[in-house]
Amino acid sequence: MSRIAATFEALKASNKTALVPYIMCGDPDFGTTVKLMHAMVESGVNMIELGVPFSDPMADGPVIQAAAERVLVNHVSLSDVIDVVAKFRETDNKTPVILMGYLNPIEVMGYAKFAEKASAAGVDGALTVDIPPEEGAEYTELLKAKGIDPIYLLAPTSDDSRIASIAEVAGGFVYYVSLKGVTGAATLDVDSVIEKLAQIRKQITLPIGVGFGISDAETAAKLSKISDAIIVGSAIVKRMHEHGDNPEKLIASVTELTASMRQAMDQ
Amino acid sequence: MSDSKDSPKNSNIDFGQMPDEKGHFGVYGGVFAAETLMQPINELRDAYEAAKNDPEFQAEFDRDLAHYVGRPSPLYHAERLSEIVGGAQIYLKREDLNHTGAHKINNTIGQALLARKMGKTRIIAETGAGQHGVASATVAARFGMECVVYMGAEDVVRQAPNVYRMKLLGATVIPVESGSKTLKDALNEAMRDWVTNVDDTFYIIGTVAGPHPYPEMVRDFQTIIGREAKRQMQELTGGLPDALVACVGGGSNAIGLFHPFLEDKDVAIYGVEGGGDGIDTPRHAAPLCAGKPGVLHGNRTYLMEDNDGQIIETHCISAGLDYPGVGPEHAWLKDIGRVKYDAITDKEALEAFHTLTRIEGIIPALESSHAVAYGMKLAKTMNKDQTIIVNLSGRGDKDINTIADIEGIQL
Repeated sequence: MSRIAATFEALKASNKTALVPYIMCGDPDFGTTVKLMHAMVESGVNMIELGVPFSDPMADGPVIQAAAERVLVNHVSLSDVIDVVAKFRETDNKTPVILMGYLNPIEVMGYAKFAEKASAAGVDGALTVDIPPEEGAEYTELLKAKGIDPIYLLAPTSDDSRIASIAEVAGGFVYYVSLKGVTGAATLDVDSVIEKLAQIRKQITLPIGVGFGISDAETAAKLSKISDAIIVGSAIVKRMHEHGDNPEKLIASVTELTASMRQAMDQ
Repeated sequence: MSDSKDSPKNSNIDFGQMPDEKGHFGVYGGVFAAETLMQPINELRDAYEAAKNDPEFQAEFDRDLAHYVGRPSPLYHAERLSEIVGGAQIYLKREDLNHTGAHKINNTIGQALLARKMGKTRIIAETGAGQHGVASATVAARFGMECVVYMGAEDVVRQAPNVYRMKLLGATVIPVESGSKTLKDALNEAMRDWVTNVDDTFYIIGTVAGPHPYPEMVRDFQTIIGREAKRQMQELTGGLPDALVACVGGGSNAIGLFHPFLEDKDVAIYGVEGGGDGIDTPRHAAPLCAGKPGVLHGNRTYLMEDNDGQIIETHCISAGLDYPGVGPEHAWLKDIGRVKYDAITDKEALEAFHTLTRIEGIIPALESSHAVAYGMKLAKTMNKDQTIIVNLSGRGDKDINTIADIEGIQL
């Protein structure tokens, strides 16, 4: 069984929801990223979304855009991100790691080579924002052949036919974008999320994570009652930005947030 | 130029049937967008499909082109220029004489009509030089729609007169501070706005790039240029031109001129990219001449990118050519060898700007100056009884500050 499936199964058995933080790889350096990943796991995180920087992150809000710009100054590449996962795997063979980013760096590396390298490093899933199922048949197959789950987004605007086409190709879990907007947007309507998840569950049997716009423990707790995973990005990346010059404080600040979310979700 | 990958004659290609139903031109084009954008993109695709086959929509578009834009634009025989160059006869397709001073309005009229038909009340647009922003603000004013234009913070400074023009027309201009603060970042920001406001908002993309149906739709609205030019050339000379020349940033004025001639095999076609300091330097904006295929802004096409797949900053004297991608149909036309793509440097474009201004009394946009420069070079290699159509895509009034700056003149 894959690490992602095993994680969801164990959480289900203890009636818990996964907490999935997103961090930008290499922010501010690779050593801090690996340390932060381990520290977050200790604080109660169940999976990690590791951001691969892209120069033109169209689906992201200002906080994650700025993080990408910060690490691109140091030319953080897709190969670097994969190396960081291999480093993390030296002492953690259990926590799933999902790479989140855009297609072009993967196009340049080549789909097959990416699948091969990522798999060898211990990557469990790939969320590639700008390749919908219509364009992704070959890519998805190559990932699956190497045991990497293709993670797909669903949006408030996804209708039944789109949900069906994603149900066909998705692996691991499905990531529901809880609002019309970009990452880190402010307003999230819990009732409309509940309604949409019910519609999605009619066709999708994979676990469903919810993200975009979850910034505090209270919202995380509310949404954890209706979903299988809570994904938190901008709220964490913001703290990383604030403490970019002090890795110890950065790790303390991020794990304070993840621990408080964990606690609120488990109540 | 690069060798064609298919048969050089392209004898079996039905250019009118491209793209396929998923928006592919060969391996290029398509829809590479986040799920959050798929519904509005599909809604637009369906709406355009219906409008394309709706005679009433097309009649209204034609009426607006005639009475609001002022079409047909003249095809002008630049006799003095031709004589001085001493080769083929150069004809200028005068898109600079359109309302708002460039070809951009052909497309914004079409998309605004479609927006109204779809019941959208708010227009957003990205702009580089500001011409597309002005053309969008213009149609928004005319249709009584709200208009928000995203513009790279650097371009806001470079193109101050156009920013003021947009504001006069009632648009809100939002300077984009992310990334390289130019056109590509304005496009990213407009996409973000669209995702957030899908219910009431129509995104008018200004060129033949973006996810399907944009490359097809914008092309269709711009082919009026080539259809008129073909008819006018036949009236003036009794035949087809021997060559076509147009500048290529995203490539909408070029595809608009080229498309109706693609099946006329005796017409040689040339697209001219922004060569900046030269395509053998790192400072240029010529993805077709010196870039690689990749995925950006919703489609697969040639890009200016580094070895990690990050999009790199482009450099070109003309803001309208300063874009790291290019329309996917151009990428395909390059690969099959139907169109030859080349570049003109900043310096050559500036020279052509002055030449046309002084010889013909026509001040061309810096974008169009690239086409003029290439047209003159090409004409020299041809006979006096041969003809070239150069697309004069816009007028140069907007560029006089830039040029004065470069030449150290205080206005």
